[in-house]
Order: sequence, then structure tokens, then C-alpha cells
Amino acid sequence: MTAVGPAAASPSAAALRAAFGRAVRRHEVTCGDTIVYVDPARVHDVLAWLRDTPGQGYDYLVDLTAVEYRDVERPLQVVWNLRALARAEDLRVKAELAKDGPLEVPSCTDLWRGADWLEREVFDMFGVRFTGHPDLRRLLMWESYTEGYPLRKDFPLRGHFSRAEQTRQALGGPAEKHYSLEELSIAEAMHYLPADMRERLAEGHHGEVE
Amino acid sequence: MSTRTVEFELATPGLDAAGRPVRVPLGVAVGGGEELGGEHMLVNIGPQHPATHGVLRLVVELEGETVKRVIPHIGYLHSGFEKLGEYRHYNQIVPLTDRTDYLSPMANNVGFALAAEKLMGIEVTERCRVLRVIACEMSRIISHLVWLGTTGIDLGAFTPFLWAFNEREKVYNLQEAWTGARLTTSLTRVGGLMADIPEGWDKGLAEFCGHLPRVLDEIETMFSRNAIWIGRTQGVGAMSAADAVNYSLSGPMLRASGVAFDVRKDKPYLGYEEYDFDVPVGEYGDMYDRYAVRIEEMRQSNRILQQALARLRPGPINVDDPRVVLPPKSRAMSDMESMIHHFKQVMEGVRPPVGEAYLAVENPKGELGTYLVSDGTAKPVRWRIRPPSLINLAALPKLCEGALLSDVIAINASVDIVMGEIDR
Repeated sequence: MTAVGPAAASPSAAALRAAFGRAVRRHEVTCGDTIVYVDPARVHDVLAWLRDTPGQGYDYLVDLTAVEYRDVERPLQVVWNLRALARAEDLRVKAELAKDGPLEVPSCTDLWRGADWLEREVFDMFGVRFTGHPDLRRLLMWESYTEGYPLRKDFPLRGHFSRAEQTRQALGGPAEKHYSLEELSIAEAMHYLPADMRERLAEGHHGEVE
Repeated sequence: MSTRTVEFELATPGLDAAGRPVRVPLGVAVGGGEELGGEHMLVNIGPQHPATHGVLRLVVELEGETVKRVIPHIGYLHSGFEKLGEYRHYNQIVPLTDRTDYLSPMANNVGFALAAEKLMGIEVTERCRVLRVIACEMSRIISHLVWLGTTGIDLGAFTPFLWAFNEREKVYNLQEAWTGARLTTSLTRVGGLMADIPEGWDKGLAEFCGHLPRVLDEIETMFSRNAIWIGRTQGVGAMSAADAVNYSLSGPMLRASGVAFDVRKDKPYLGYEEYDFDVPVGEYGDMYDRYAVRIEEMRQSNRILQQALARLRPGPINVDDPRVVLPPKSRAMSDMESMIHHFKQVMEGVRPPVGEAYLAVENPKGELGTYLVSDGTAKPVRWRIRPPSLINLAALPKLCEGALLSDVIAINASVDIVMGEIDR
């Protein structure tokens, strides 16, 4: 196991500060891991720099997630866990988003294709929007889910709706609810739908339950 | 309508004078074939389909039988484990980890306990480390055996499935003898284990280790040079090393593509650096390489198990730390200080300091990461599971590009997914 103690920060933290100046807000070491806090607007530049700069080489996105603290004053954090595979060295990058502002960070799907579903999951669970994501849909909850973002601290453990309402919404709704519009447009599948379903889709009723 | 003519082509037009179905020669288009060309078809597979290994739903766009696009839909088994964890003490989360990757529950238990111990700065005892290595490697073997058996069935081979499950049953018996449960083992606690192995248990494991290589030989005889197996797996669902890294693949999926990264070797935990084992790496990144890598991993796990058995020495399994481990019952009833520790732990739970920790372990499916954030209370602010099979599954659309419909089932099997972990 990693020894816990006053371990030194990863040299990447100082290198980042030299390259990005005040966009790198601070860094800390906890349980032997280095965390670098960066300006949300510059996240994409920082991640691209970490991936492509010789000597850094963080070529592997281990994980992408978000953290919301119980203290309502604290900002929501989006967390990128990076790894330089050749050195087997990890670096954690965080961006803090104030809860009263827009929950938005740039998408890094163009850097790592593996970020696609991870960003969708953070959007699904926390409501953080990743600008530039090609297909930002809910991942684990269904697309017409209307109760909110389950991993937010203001979301009750059992959900906002009653069990009866949840069941009604899960079982109710038209058949097209289970396909995305994109899928229905494939292969002119729209053509095979009954006329009433096509009308509902044309009116933009996709997947909604009254 | 063109669809109707196709139906006639495949069915029989009627019975002949003797009452037998009239055969239609194959490959003769009755008409309307050219109308079908160029038209894409939408096929829905799952979520209730045995070949999707759980409740995975795939919407497949087909041109003829060639896959144009695969759109996976997940979440049918979503149980909100991470949300539940925020309302549980650390030791109460252990039973939830059983139910994520339910094909290797013991390895999940170990992954969670190690992360909590990293957060608290606890070093477990030597005997506990060796027993945890045994738990992890047993899990790897049974998980790969399930993978082997079910993938064989998906490609039409039934017999090796029975052989694999026969061996897996022996490990389940060992797990039951150790923890009292076959699947929901809840083996670990922060700072140790829920129980030591019973007397004579190591002999049972040694017997299993002696027998496993022979079973693997038999399975390899059935697969490795089998023309059908080779035809269905070589060159199918291939991924280059650069793509595998870009898609954040891990575990056998990453290594089959030629990237020699194994958490046990590169970021060792539980003293894996002291064991002698090899990390198999593939060359082409196709299904066959994934099969070969997993077979070899089982042999290497067997080696580790034998070394661990040789290293097993008597000693305590729990750390001597009243913050995390319950005092012996006899002391809790006779000694005031122990009773207070007992009371505080049961009522309040383990309290890590403010901070956060990410710890990765090499699970059978890939890198299982546990990310814990603590605000100093007995319940985590955030318990994040980095689910290896979710991230591996996300590459499925890429793996299936240009494949045939029947290959989608095969490629999906080769990813080795478990929906309990993907949906959490």
C-alpha cells in the first residue's frame, strides 16, 4: 500500500503552474496523491497540455467523475483522474463550479474517446453539462427521466416522486419512448411507425409522459 | 411489398402430393431483392436476451447483415449504489460491493477495503495481506471461468461451459466455507477481514490449485486449435494499442491489444511485487487474443495462489487499532475502555479524517478504482466506483464497426461485461 505521509507533490503541478499561471489555482497532496485545481474554462487546454507535452505524457484517462460536498456553500467539483502509463504515475485534476453559476465545463471527448460515457454519466447524475460533447444524453437513467440529478445532495435517497408515480412513469408512455429520435431516423424506421406515433414525434412529444 | 416476398422465400410455398413441405432452393430471389439493397434495418437486441449477458440493450443499424452502427442502452439494473453509500458507514458499504461485479465479489470487497485503509492510513497485517491476495486470485479464476463458459455458449460450444462451471463450483464451496456465503461474501472489513479461514481450508485450496491446470488444458484442447473457434474469433473485434489506451480500456481488454499495463505489476498493492508471476499480452487485440490472455491469466493466478499458500503464516488478521477493529468480545464485556470502543464503533462507525483517496486494484474485468471522499464523518461524501466493464463496454460501437450481426454477440461476449457493475 502507498505510504501515507507528507509526500511531495508531483512535479507536474509546478510545471502546470509555470505553463498556465493563474489558471492553475492551487494544488494539494492528500494520501500521497497530487490534486491540481484549475480554472473550469481552461480545463480542456490543461488536459491537452498534460497529454501532449513531452515529459508529462498523461495519455490515459483513468476516471472522470464529480463530487458534491454536504456543505451547500462548497462548489461542485468535476474530477479527472489521469495516468501516464509509461511511468504508472497518476495526477488528479479538479475544476470547481459554483452552484449558482452555470454547471458547465469543456468536454474532453476529442482527447480521449473513453470520456464519452463518463461525461454522460456525470451529466446524468450531477447535471454538469460538457460543452462540445457530441451526444450528451443521460446514461444510466432513461432519457425522459424528469426527477432531477440523483447524485446531487438535494436529491432525496428515495427520489422526488412516490413509488406509484415512478411505476406509472416507467410503465406508461408511448412505444417510441424507448428509442431516441436518432435511432428512429436510422434506416427510415420512422416510415414503419403507426401514423399516430409519427404525429406525436413530429409535434416533439418524444418520450414524454403526461 | 418487398418484405413479404422475402418471407415467402424463406418459408415453404406448401405441401407436395406426399404431404412433405416443398423445398425452395436457397439463394434464389423470388423478387424485390434489389429494393432491399441500400435500405438500412434497425434491430433491437435485449434488454431481456440471453446473449447480452444481463440486461444490456443494443440497437443495431444493419445494412444487409453488416453492422453500420451499434447504440448500447444501459441502466436497466441501476440501483444507485453510489448514492446508497453516502448514507452508510464504511463497513456497511462492503455488502454493496458484493453486488456490483457479482462474478468476483471477494475482489470488490478487497478493493473497497484497501481504499478506505488508504484514506485512514492503515497498514493491514501480513496474514491479512496474503489472505486478501488469495481472495483476489480466486475471484479472477472464477470470473474468467464464467467468461470462458458463456462466451463458448455464445459461439455454439456447450461442453467447455460445463467443465468451467464444475471448477467454479469448487471455488464457491471454498468461499462458502470461509465466509458462509457463496456469492455475497462481504469478506473484508476496514483494517482486516470478517473471519480467518477455517482449519484445513488451505488443503482444499491446494487441491483445487493442483487440479485446475488439467482442466485448463482440456478446455484449451477444445478451443485453441478448433477451426470454428479460430474462424469466429481471429481478426474479429480487433482494437489497436493506441485505440485501447484512448478508449481507457483496462484489464485483459487492454493487454490483449498489446499494452502491458497491470495494476498488480505497475502500481502494486497487497505486496504483489513479492510474488512471481507473468502478465500475458496479446498481439492483435482481437477476440482470440482476449481468450488467450484470459486463459494464461488463470494459470498465472494459480501460480500466485500456490505461492500465497506457501507464505501463509499464523498471525492476527486484523490490525491492532481500536479506531477501526472491534475489541474481542471477552474484553468488551470486562474492560471499560474496550466497551467504549465497541460502543462507539457499532453506534458511530469508522471515522476517517478529512481527505480523499483513489485506489485501483486489478479486478478480473479490469481496473476497479474506488474513489472515496471524506468530510471527517462516518459516512463518505462520495463513494465512486470506477467500473471497468462500463468503460470497456463503451468501446463496443467501435469494436463492432463493419462486423456481421452474429459477430456483435461474439464481440460483446469478449468484452466480459457484468451489468451489476455497469449499472451499479
